[in-house]
Amino acid sequence: MIPAPFDHITPVTLDEAIRALTSHGEEAKLLAGGHSLLPLMKLRLASPKLLIDLSKIPGLAGIRQEGDKMTVGALTTHYQIESSELLKEKCPLLPQTARVIGDVQVRNRGTIGGSLAHADPAADLAAAMLALGAELRVRGAQGERWLKAEEFFLDLMTTALSPSEILTEIRVPVLSGRCGTAYLKLPQKASGFALVGVAVWLRADGGLCADIGVGVTGLGAKPFRAVRVERHLRRKRLEPALIETASAEVTLRIEPLGDIHASAEFRAHLARLYTYRAIVEAARTAGISLTKAKGK
Amino acid sequence: MGPKKRVSIRINGVNYLHEVEPRLLLIHYLRDVVGLTGSHIGCETSVCGACTVMLDGAAVKSCTVLAVQADGAEVLTIEGLAQGEDLHPLQEGFWECHGLQCGYCTPGMILSAYQLLLRRPDPTEEEIRRAVDGNLCRCTGYQHIVDAVQYAARKMKK
Repeated sequence: MIPAPFDHITPVTLDEAIRALTSHGEEAKLLAGGHSLLPLMKLRLASPKLLIDLSKIPGLAGIRQEGDKMTVGALTTHYQIESSELLKEKCPLLPQTARVIGDVQVRNRGTIGGSLAHADPAADLAAAMLALGAELRVRGAQGERWLKAEEFFLDLMTTALSPSEILTEIRVPVLSGRCGTAYLKLPQKASGFALVGVAVWLRADGGLCADIGVGVTGLGAKPFRAVRVERHLRRKRLEPALIETASAEVTLRIEPLGDIHASAEFRAHLARLYTYRAIVEAARTAGISLTKAKGK
Repeated sequence: MGPKKRVSIRINGVNYLHEVEPRLLLIHYLRDVVGLTGSHIGCETSVCGACTVMLDGAAVKSCTVLAVQADGAEVLTIEGLAQGEDLHPLQEGFWECHGLQCGYCTPGMILSAYQLLLRRPDPTEEEIRRAVDGNLCRCTGYQHIVDAVQYAARKMKK
């Protein structure tokens, strides 16, 4: 369990890190908390020649409000997100999601930027990013750009980041008005990774669902936004039967993953069930009362 | 072999300066370079928690941290908990409440509990169970570990 040899540098500015990344190309990897990368390196599934450690660059971690947006630095740990009073008030879906990642030790080291850039198909925070329509700030040699969460995840462990770009921060909306949120997952028992995880936020207007975002992780090769489910419920009066019909659409045009932990069929079943449950829970926290559906 | 890097790490109140390969894991550094073998190697895949130590006030699995990442940091291991002959309340709790049988998971278990009591001096049973979620014990069935942490929390409040 010892990684292949590599060099390790600790740039103190973002520009320095981008220069190192540009000159070393595919041979280099960025190191944030290391809780996705180091396990791969120990298994020799990844053998970068150079680790560019971002931990000494000031300003990459932290949570702040900017008007109607919350900004979370890429090096902010899952624990910092889980325990942020500001986020609990302004965008509770993030702490709700962060608190069920891995275990305490993992949450102490793992970072939001590291997790998103790694793009594990079962990463929890990816679901919340997609549900919230997060914007991701990316810096590279050519300057800066913003990507929507939906544009960011391309495939299994593949993102829209070019080899010389660094994800620096994440922007999510402040949830104002009568909003409800939920992140529900069925964790794989040993690893804690989501077999399926569903993140939901919705805004209530009386008994109506004024707006809704649904992000799904674990089901397919990449986390995705369940646009069909959202469309089915937007501007509708939420009833259990309607939520059930909408939730059934979560698996449309998705090829579910199957492995030793859960077959593709079982994952698809879980996706429909957890979508239903997460929407019901989000509706409940938004103050919409639903009559209980049979068998749920 | 990658070029060696100089690391300065303060462990249990003592400063250490070494030249290490960047790929050296913190757990191997603690055990093989510094000679502190209290932290154990269990799964080496960041699952079992036997290698848990405190790194700048946060419990971490030292099999998933590079020694170079701990450069300039402060580390607390199981060896640093007792004050001379006086056991830390957590160590005393594990003794009094039979919080261990084989003892392999104990150093990591105690440091995860230490992290909990820093953040929640008066934890509920559920919070204790959640706090040691990342530490596997195959002997006790966890109940005596929960008792031990409650013992320590009571003692530290006094």
